[in-house]
Amino acid sequence: MELCEQSAFVLHQMLVSKEISCREILLSLLNRIHSRDLNAYITLFEEEALKEAERVDQQIKRGEDLSPWTGIPLAVKDNICIQGKPTTCGSKILTSFQPPYDASVISKLKEKDCLFIGKTNMDEFAMGSSNENSHYHPVRNPWDPTRVPGGSSGGSVAAVASGQAIWALGSDTGGSIRQPASFCGVVGLKPTYGRVSRYGLVAFASSLDQIGPIARTVQDCALLLEAIAGYDSLDSTSLDRPVPLYSTNLKREMQGMKMGIPREFFGEGLDSKVEERIRFAIHQLEEAGVEPLEISLPHTEYAIATYYLIATAEASSNLARYDGVRYGYRTKSFRDLYEMQSKTRQEGFGDEVKRRIMLGTYALSAGYYEAYYGRAQKARTLIRRDFDQAFEKVDFILTPTAPTQAFKIGEKIEDPLQMYLSDIYTVSPSLAGVPALSLPLDIPKDGLPIGLQFIGKTLEEEKLLQIAFACEEMKILDNSISS
Amino acid sequence: MEIITEEEVRHVARLARLALSEEEVKKFQRQLEKILEYVAKLRELNLEGVEPTTHVIPVVNRLREDRGKESLSKEEALSNAPNTEKGHFRVPKVIE
Repeated sequence: MELCEQSAFVLHQMLVSKEISCREILLSLLNRIHSRDLNAYITLFEEEALKEAERVDQQIKRGEDLSPWTGIPLAVKDNICIQGKPTTCGSKILTSFQPPYDASVISKLKEKDCLFIGKTNMDEFAMGSSNENSHYHPVRNPWDPTRVPGGSSGGSVAAVASGQAIWALGSDTGGSIRQPASFCGVVGLKPTYGRVSRYGLVAFASSLDQIGPIARTVQDCALLLEAIAGYDSLDSTSLDRPVPLYSTNLKREMQGMKMGIPREFFGEGLDSKVEERIRFAIHQLEEAGVEPLEISLPHTEYAIATYYLIATAEASSNLARYDGVRYGYRTKSFRDLYEMQSKTRQEGFGDEVKRRIMLGTYALSAGYYEAYYGRAQKARTLIRRDFDQAFEKVDFILTPTAPTQAFKIGEKIEDPLQMYLSDIYTVSPSLAGVPALSLPLDIPKDGLPIGLQFIGKTLEEEKLLQIAFACEEMKILDNSISS
Repeated sequence: MEIITEEEVRHVARLARLALSEEEVKKFQRQLEKILEYVAKLRELNLEGVEPTTHVIPVVNRLREDRGKESLSKEEALSNAPNTEKGHFRVPKVIE
């Protein structure tokens, strides 16, 4: 196995025992990045990363203690600010933007000597489910380059799935970590809303956005969450609760646990191959002593409509800041301020971003506010209650992550509504604010991954990771890598 | 009857500061119509007496001590601006 295919956990041990150098890990990754063009990265920090690796190797030589994160190369989604590094959000409008500060998650990882390898491609402003909405061109799925990697964290996920990163940060608003994790066969976690600070994450829909870890093993996923979770005075919505030692506390007795299988997630629109594989996983868990209970989340059918009204309304407000005044692109010729702003935005935003700004502006405009945004916020309450009630009876909920395997590039791009429906199983937990994890099942004969989604109670990331870890041990899933 | 007309699309584009082309107005009218038809399913719900969710986890305003703290320098704050002059953002004339 090449170094770029190893887990962070194993690489750390190899570094500590001086079996390998940090430089060797990095070279292995760079070799993979340059030999296989998936367009996963927008910016690579090659030279700087090599210098940083050198520094880590000196540290090792001097016999200093290494944190489990020291020198393990990490890819960062390009909507998370790293000081002085381009942060484009996949948009033309932020082409030249270099944030003068670090996101809080980046500060935390810098303290732990994590090694940043580059910024990954994404759907523009995290709006999309296929990574086709990037100004920097689509990312390709490592398992089949004619297919999408999913979105919007497609670059991060494709990099991890192909050995172009050991692990990565993504962001998830309605499924942007989990759906691509499912399409590319990696582990992806959307934490509880407020578990991870959003400071320095470029805002899309502020009441839904969360940064989360993407990795090839559950343990790595836990380790990365451990590094980034916790209260931050710079994010007023971050939760002031202790952070468990997720990565060292992964063992759990599965016998006697109750898993909820929501009937609404197994209906129309679910691909039969995906369903068959998910049902088999349920059966395997049952054999391991987990008791399945059929449950109902009755407002599931309203989730997509609710999500797209709330997310676009918040986006239309958040994206008002791109006006060609304080940062980013400004149009060349204009007569007045109105024209300067309208042309800057017209030229700087792509199709999907404009569409969502239009929908959100409409839903918030005079006369329509109550009918659209107001109703959606109330519907959100009902969706949230569905989860509260379900969790009175079960320990966790199990569903498919996405209704299909990865689709073809170009297949859905002309039909926005069809594209939105590929988030059907991931938006409900986002609306309820609860944590959810996508775990890769073994790759079927056609070579395209399928993901299993575990949904937990508020702040029960630890339990989700333990369950996922048990599945890993039972070999329900497959950590194989597309090289 | 249409839910959203081309004229309304133009109006919303003006509010959102998007100088859409005529072609885009037509395309967005068609696509938004389809999306609005879909989201109209929320009308089926009885939402009487249901509180809206603005935050999934109840958080109260947390105030910090009112004391000056280090923040971005003027230089840093202006470093990404397309046009600046004498330590200010420069914009087209807004007062006649």
